[in-house]
Amino acid sequence: MNSVREVTRPIRMKPTGKWAVIWYDMKQNKLAYLFLAPFLLCFIIFILVPVLSAAVLAFTRYNSIETPQFVGLHNLIVMFTEDYILMKYVLGNTFKFAVFVGPVGYALQFFMAWLIMQIPERLRSLYTMALYVPSITSGVMMSVVWVVAFSGDRYGYMNNLLLTLGLIDQPIAFTQSSYLMAVMIFVTLWSTMGVGFLSLQAGMMTVDPQLYEAGKIDGIRNRLQEVWYITIPSMKPQMLFSAVMAIVGALKAGSIGVQLSGMNPTPYYAGQMLQNHIEDFGFIRFELGYATALSLVLLLFMYVINRVCFHLLGSKGEE
Amino acid sequence: MFLTRKIRSISFSGTLLFTFLTFYALLSVAPIVYIVNTAFKSLSELFLFPPTFFARHPSLHNFHDLFFALKLSEVPFSRYLFNSVLTTVITIILAVLISTMGAYSLSRMQFPGKDLIFSVIIISLMFSPEAVKITRYLVVTKLGLMNSYAGHILPHLSIPVCIFLIKQFMDQIPRALSEAAKIDGASEWNIFTKIVIPNVTPAIGTAAILTFQLVWGDLETSTYYMTEETMKTLPYFVQTLTSGMTTVVARQGASAAAGLLLFIPNLIIFVILQKSMINTLVNSGIK
Repeated sequence: MNSVREVTRPIRMKPTGKWAVIWYDMKQNKLAYLFLAPFLLCFIIFILVPVLSAAVLAFTRYNSIETPQFVGLHNLIVMFTEDYILMKYVLGNTFKFAVFVGPVGYALQFFMAWLIMQIPERLRSLYTMALYVPSITSGVMMSVVWVVAFSGDRYGYMNNLLLTLGLIDQPIAFTQSSYLMAVMIFVTLWSTMGVGFLSLQAGMMTVDPQLYEAGKIDGIRNRLQEVWYITIPSMKPQMLFSAVMAIVGALKAGSIGVQLSGMNPTPYYAGQMLQNHIEDFGFIRFELGYATALSLVLLLFMYVINRVCFHLLGSKGEE
Repeated sequence: MFLTRKIRSISFSGTLLFTFLTFYALLSVAPIVYIVNTAFKSLSELFLFPPTFFARHPSLHNFHDLFFALKLSEVPFSRYLFNSVLTTVITIILAVLISTMGAYSLSRMQFPGKDLIFSVIIISLMFSPEAVKITRYLVVTKLGLMNSYAGHILPHLSIPVCIFLIKQFMDQIPRALSEAAKIDGASEWNIFTKIVIPNVTPAIGTAAILTFQLVWGDLETSTYYMTEETMKTLPYFVQTLTSGMTTVVARQGASAAAGLLLFIPNLIIFVILQKSMINTLVNSGIK
């Protein structure tokens, strides 16, 4: 900012030159900045600064007491060569979880939104609510249910059911063994119908009914073709929005495993995901440099996958 | 009658889909019904084996326990509740206000840097602030927000999804209205409060609901930014209650009661705002 001011000060009277024109424009629109300022300030302090400082801190060794020490790519090298927990469990778990909760969850959202659009209108809001309700429960609240439902003794509903059906003869310790991942995926999918789902439904409502009529004339024979050739192309913007929501939701998850099993690290690292790994290093071992390097990798994942979605669903040039 | 006729007129596959949808809806609701029932179970019923799903003799015993009897620390339950309500209400009001103001600026005004700011907000939709919780924590400590209500509130004020949704909604409102007012000599603030805000209430409602869900159930601020027990919020309390709960059956009732208290405001707000939420999300598309 300083440099801008220096350049412009002598020629403030009549704006010529690139920076001067911009500065003049900015002064003309003081009010616009004033309106944006509160949001922007909070945004910069609590989102932008953390992201940017993570990009710096990731290349240091920092234990929150001594001043950060620049170590170059050391953290990255450690990540790929020495952090065997990351390689053996965390990456695999994160990937497995993200695939199920991301694409599978997204497909489920789309399918359920489509189904709801097929039923009579007066029933829609009832069903929408029933499906949406799980997503407004918080993880903490639901752990009351899941801990009981999947508890490792015969009192647990799941074990009780399986024992009665004769499918198992010994109770399974769902949350304290390698089954944890399956429970985590189930629980997350249960609450997957959130904003993204509503957005998809809203998108389907915007599709012009005449298009379906026209499609029939043009030889569309079944519902599947209708969805593929008419519904999806007409609601790409909403699909992109909910895809972004789904991706972020899938990759940021982490607390669920800890809440179900009651500990971080999770038992046998069965539900250990990148987020837990970051917490483990950041808040338990206080290796903040390494932990931020991990979160930088996570951000990079999020960004790359989102870019792929923008490429697939984005409509650059249209409208 | 009309309804059944309509369903019958759909083919066999239609009936199948309808059954599937109903089954899925029941599956969605069941755990919540379970919480409601457990919250109202009496102590003797909690110990029944095999465990029952519905409460046979509903009692308020668990709520009584929660408010008066249960002591996890020196801090009473009501303090957590108070902290939660206070921080949530203030956060919603401020977050919605600054998002709406920001959206107004981005939607209706032209100024250098506008496109840059908007694209940064779009990119930030793709990130989640949780990913950088460590540096966020450092920022909060450096600002001296530890153990203060500001530490609960400030980090949650800028929510990219909110400003994005309000801006998209505002873009659909005809400009003629506000331009007419401008010619009549209304100030920018008056146009904002008297003309723009009444027209974007659905989007504001949606932003409020999203903020509410984010803040009301949030554990991050209580866990990392608050070291004093008196400053922590309801979700944190519920977490301490539920962790290691499998062994203590008696606590299930109180936990469920607390969980229910966490959930009811969510449900009420959503039921009220469901329609405006769908209306807002029509404009949620990213182009």
